[in-house]
Amino acid sequence: MWDYTDAVKEHFINPKNVGEIKDADGVGNVGSIACGDALRLTIKVDENDVITDAKFKTFGCASAIASSSMLTELIKGMKIEDAKKLTNDDIAKALGGLPKEKMHCSVMGREALEAAIADFKGAILPMAQGEVVCECFGVTDLEVIRAIRENQLSTVEDITNFTKAGGGCGRCHEQLQALLDEQLQESAATSATAPKKVKRMTALEKIKKIEEVIEREIRPTLKMDHGDIQLVDVDGDFVTVSLRGSCAGCHSSHATLKGYVEKKLREQVLDTLVVEEDRP
Amino acid sequence: MSTQAPEIIYMDNNATTAIAPEVLEAMLPYLQEYYGNPSSMYDFARYSALAMAKAREQVAALIGAHVDEIVFTSCGTESDSTAIFSALRRFPEKNHIVTTRVEHPAVKTLCDNMENLSGRKYHITRLQVEADGTLDMQQYHDSLTDDTAIVSVMWANNETGVIFPVEEMARIAKERGILFHTDAVQAVGKIPINLAETAIDFLALSGHKLHAPKGIGVLYVRKGAPYMPFLNGGHQEHGRRGGTENVASIVALGRACELAAANMEVENTRVRALRDKLEKGLLTSIPKALLNGNKHMRLPNTTNISFEYVEGEAILLHLNRHHICASSGSACTSGSLEPSHVLRAMGVPFTAAHGSIRFSLSPYNTEAEVDKVLEVLPKIIAELRNLSPFWEENSN
Repeated sequence: MWDYTDAVKEHFINPKNVGEIKDADGVGNVGSIACGDALRLTIKVDENDVITDAKFKTFGCASAIASSSMLTELIKGMKIEDAKKLTNDDIAKALGGLPKEKMHCSVMGREALEAAIADFKGAILPMAQGEVVCECFGVTDLEVIRAIRENQLSTVEDITNFTKAGGGCGRCHEQLQALLDEQLQESAATSATAPKKVKRMTALEKIKKIEEVIEREIRPTLKMDHGDIQLVDVDGDFVTVSLRGSCAGCHSSHATLKGYVEKKLREQVLDTLVVEEDRP
Repeated sequence: MSTQAPEIIYMDNNATTAIAPEVLEAMLPYLQEYYGNPSSMYDFARYSALAMAKAREQVAALIGAHVDEIVFTSCGTESDSTAIFSALRRFPEKNHIVTTRVEHPAVKTLCDNMENLSGRKYHITRLQVEADGTLDMQQYHDSLTDDTAIVSVMWANNETGVIFPVEEMARIAKERGILFHTDAVQAVGKIPINLAETAIDFLALSGHKLHAPKGIGVLYVRKGAPYMPFLNGGHQEHGRRGGTENVASIVALGRACELAAANMEVENTRVRALRDKLEKGLLTSIPKALLNGNKHMRLPNTTNISFEYVEGEAILLHLNRHHICASSGSACTSGSLEPSHVLRAMGVPFTAAHGSIRFSLSPYNTEAEVDKVLEVLPKIIAELRNLSPFWEENSN
């Protein structure tokens, strides 16, 4: 018998917000009956981008039902921008924790939320753009990489617990290990370079790193909002980029530039970088 | 034990069983007064040896064996491993094992990992089953070769209760000079077995499935069957299984076998009737409920039903709130992510495999308990279907 917390039991026995919003502004469908769990999340969003209502229908075990129920409770009254930042860990924590074999239930909740937000915004789901690694459960490399990073996973078994990837035929275990090794190397590299800020990067290293972070993280995120980004120049600590697509004319592009692009580059490349927009 | 616990409705007897009061009574003296090692020379130890000898007779009687053919082990899994490895070691030139896709993990995992465990490569044929869980006998005929070291086929399936024609299969194997092992953990005590009239070489049984304690099993080894011990040590069990005997549990198992023989009639009349009532009631009161496994070639105590579009663990936890104990073949209950290999082998669709529930009864169950399940389960299924995103679109 699983060791479920009282909160999990309560949300399983008396789930909140069960059902489907008929004229929903965003619908997120994740999972499938073959996988053993599936969640349909419907949300209502007002003109201020606040989620005013959320309902769910879930096929799955107790922790899947409880995670879905808790998810709807968490996001009601939340701004879309804030809801986007909700992680699977937030859901699990709100439930007082989940058995590690059941963490994928919280991941499913988060993915349904992302799908519903993407549907609301008319955007393409970023995680679905990755390449499928696990055929049995249809898990992409992007989903695996994110789970590794956000939850500091260190074994293939962890990955299976969080994403289900590798829990079927097991043929993808090698690939999962490779993704894991890649991420571990990367985090070792960043933690090794981070404290040694004194050591100067060469201009070439810096440009390469900036390009890499843009490719790996920043562009996929902007694409979610139909935007795009191009690296124009790097001069000392000054990074010039041009925003494309819907980001270009967007009134919040300055916020995107400073609050997101610059922040990311400072975190992952050099904390003295200044990002500026190339205006034609 | 039962003074504070709520009245539980225990319908998971294929998982384990309650120790019968008669069994507990029989074994207690060998946990208390008579603690002597049966191998020792003094009279005090002879009490243990004599009690064991009696137990051996009781076990042999239940399965139609000779006392010399009974080897006490620690559990069904040990018995299975002993039989299979014994055959492989005695026939090192043979490289082929025949088994089924629906074996209990005790045999399935062993075969799956045979290469790692034995350090050599074996070819393993896993026989297919039909949609109703019965074996493909033509495939069995075709699978046997001169290279086959052993056939291992369960007597009855633990999940569906489906009974396999092991007597016929053993005869076919014997004609080809191939050893035959059967994991009869679920069958012993529930259906009559007379090994003297079969060609079965090895049979595994487990105490805790028939109202004896956990941690005691038997391997039946046909007289003259090639044998090598799995646990090497002292001369216990005539050198066939090293390790000081678990005297109290052996005594318990003996008594349990005697009781099982006496209850065989009850098992096949009253228990069967309760099972049938439960099954019929659930299948008629709950829409989209499907029986898994052949209705006729089946243990009298087992029913396995799928409730489509809901998930088994959720059903079990709701049943648990009513103190009803059952099992599921769903992925979530096992900690693995795939539903039951038995149901998948039968081709049960995912819509149903995840929502399968097994009830396995015993002579201790009552009609009132069956009625209680029939009262609460339809509501549980309806509630969970109300939550299920697949229900509405498929309910018509």
